Amino acid sequence: MNNIVVYLEIDKQARIADVSFELLSKGKELSMQLGCQLEAVAIGSALEGIAEKVMPYGVDLLHIFDEACLVPYTTLTHSKLLVALLKEICPNSVLMGATAVGRDLAPRVAAMLQTGLTAHCSDLRIADYTDNNGKTYKAVLEQIRPAFGDKAMTTIVCPERRPQMATVSAGVMKPVIFDANYKGEVIRHDAFKWLTDADMVVTILSQTTKAATNHLKEANVVVAGGYGVGSKKNFELLKELAVLLHGEVGATRAATDAGWIEEDCMIGQTGLTVRPNLYIACGISGQAQHVSGMQESGIVVSINTDSDAPMNKIADYVIVGKIEDILPKMINCLKQKNA
Amino acid sequence: MKLNVVVLMKQVPDIRTTNNDVLLPDGSINRAILPTIVNPNDMYALEQALLLKDMYPEATVTVLSMGPMQAADVVREGWFRGADKGVLLCDKQFAGSDTLATSYTLAQAIKQLAPVDLVLCGSQSIDGETAHVASQVACHLGWPQFTFANALQVENNQVTVERQIENGVEKAQTSLPVVISVTNQAPVCRPKNAKNVMMHKRTEVLVWSLNDIQADANQCGWTGSPTRVANMKPLAWQAKEAQQIEPTDTGIATLMQWIVR
Repeated sequence: MNNIVVYLEIDKQARIADVSFELLSKGKELSMQLGCQLEAVAIGSALEGIAEKVMPYGVDLLHIFDEACLVPYTTLTHSKLLVALLKEICPNSVLMGATAVGRDLAPRVAAMLQTGLTAHCSDLRIADYTDNNGKTYKAVLEQIRPAFGDKAMTTIVCPERRPQMATVSAGVMKPVIFDANYKGEVIRHDAFKWLTDADMVVTILSQTTKAATNHLKEANVVVAGGYGVGSKKNFELLKELAVLLHGEVGATRAATDAGWIEEDCMIGQTGLTVRPNLYIACGISGQAQHVSGMQESGIVVSINTDSDAPMNKIADYVIVGKIEDILPKMINCLKQKNA
Repeated sequence: MKLNVVVLMKQVPDIRTTNNDVLLPDGSINRAILPTIVNPNDMYALEQALLLKDMYPEATVTVLSMGPMQAADVVREGWFRGADKGVLLCDKQFAGSDTLATSYTLAQAIKQLAPVDLVLCGSQSIDGETAHVASQVACHLGWPQFTFANALQVENNQVTVERQIENGVEKAQTSLPVVISVTNQAPVCRPKNAKNVMMHKRTEVLVWSLNDIQADANQCGWTGSPTRVANMKPLAWQAKEAQQIEPTDTGIATLMQWIVR
């Protein structure tokens, strides 16, 4: 009762998504503040080794549904099982990744439980909430997310109903081992206690996935381009600079939409979150949407023709000039240094 | 094939091209300075409905929207492009709805339009960006759902979609009825048709209230919404003094020494 629950996102190879580990760590932190336990739910197939993988994150109770028909994910099977379990255990809060699966599942589950859900959170906190009538609710989950095209940060609460539910963007929270020898309890559930034929009406015909083509999330140096880069050709300069710095090339939505660079390079609220030591922003105005994905970077260099670009206000170093003038100078410098 | 398609469309403030003036000092949005548009992704859903009508001429396409009276424009945008019918859900008791209350209200209206075979909507709105409504409408109707569909086909009561998954796509199939949310990877919506514009310029949009859809007032609007906005802060970046670097060979060489180890 009144625990924090994390839905573990598990793929066909029984691998757990990074975001699930990030949420376990956040969930542990919240559960310690609330003085409750951390529970995790694994719905999938061939889940033999799963307890060893998640227990070090401080999981007190691991619920397992292990059946071949639970992979690949379908909305109806996973929502049915999760809701049945949640109704039994009556948690305080339920956390999921804001991934393709979490964004499909969480709203269905919230509607089935008639409770509130906040999408794409970037932070979660425990605090008291006082409504407009002066009524105070103790220790509610503050769900913080960007709003209005990322021009504002909103704090959403769900004061009356339980569980409180949130999806959280991947990469914004850090996975931390709580105790390598932590031993929680494992509870295996019979999926067919709840599943009926009506939950099996969707057939997955095929899945095509490709491995990520870049290592932006882990990169120490990111050279990112925005609309101000101006052309696909100029993006070649960014790539050359990134290679010399042993870094990766990133982009804003404007640049990926223009077709200058692959979409999986997009940094920002709806793309990747990066934390490099060095971030070189080329022709990036600094829309909040993009900045939310790079604001934890170490040193930020902004190259822009507009000296008033918002990006210049968060940068450590600003160069006012054209990409095609500045980048070759940087490239030359590095080539001479390496020679 | 007789197919009854409902397209959920929302009127939203166009926040895409605005600057920070869009937020008032108290953190609320300054709607007065913003033009309203049809939520962009909803237009992709509309196009999918119209493509089905092209293929199955007996199909009917109904645009369903919820909002203040001026949101009737959304229904007209649908008519101008070939939709057959339109309904606006407008009632003071719908005000302040979060996604749970919104989806309940929409589902009640869809029940009034029965028999409905297919509900389409945009994958998310540009103002709320929750992407909750498709899943939650499907839940209230007790139907399956396909969210984030890039493409869809309907044949002999079977629906096949190509939908986005993490790092890829999947093909999935089920029988009608179903709720599908459509991404901007689908074909863009056709332009207005002059004949349709002439025909529907003065057509009254059908407006339904809470009673018309037999909705429970406790599940609608502010009352039916479990979530509350505790506060809203405009994003103001921490002011810090950036160091200007001269765009000269020397300036850049010095910078490179500082930042590259």
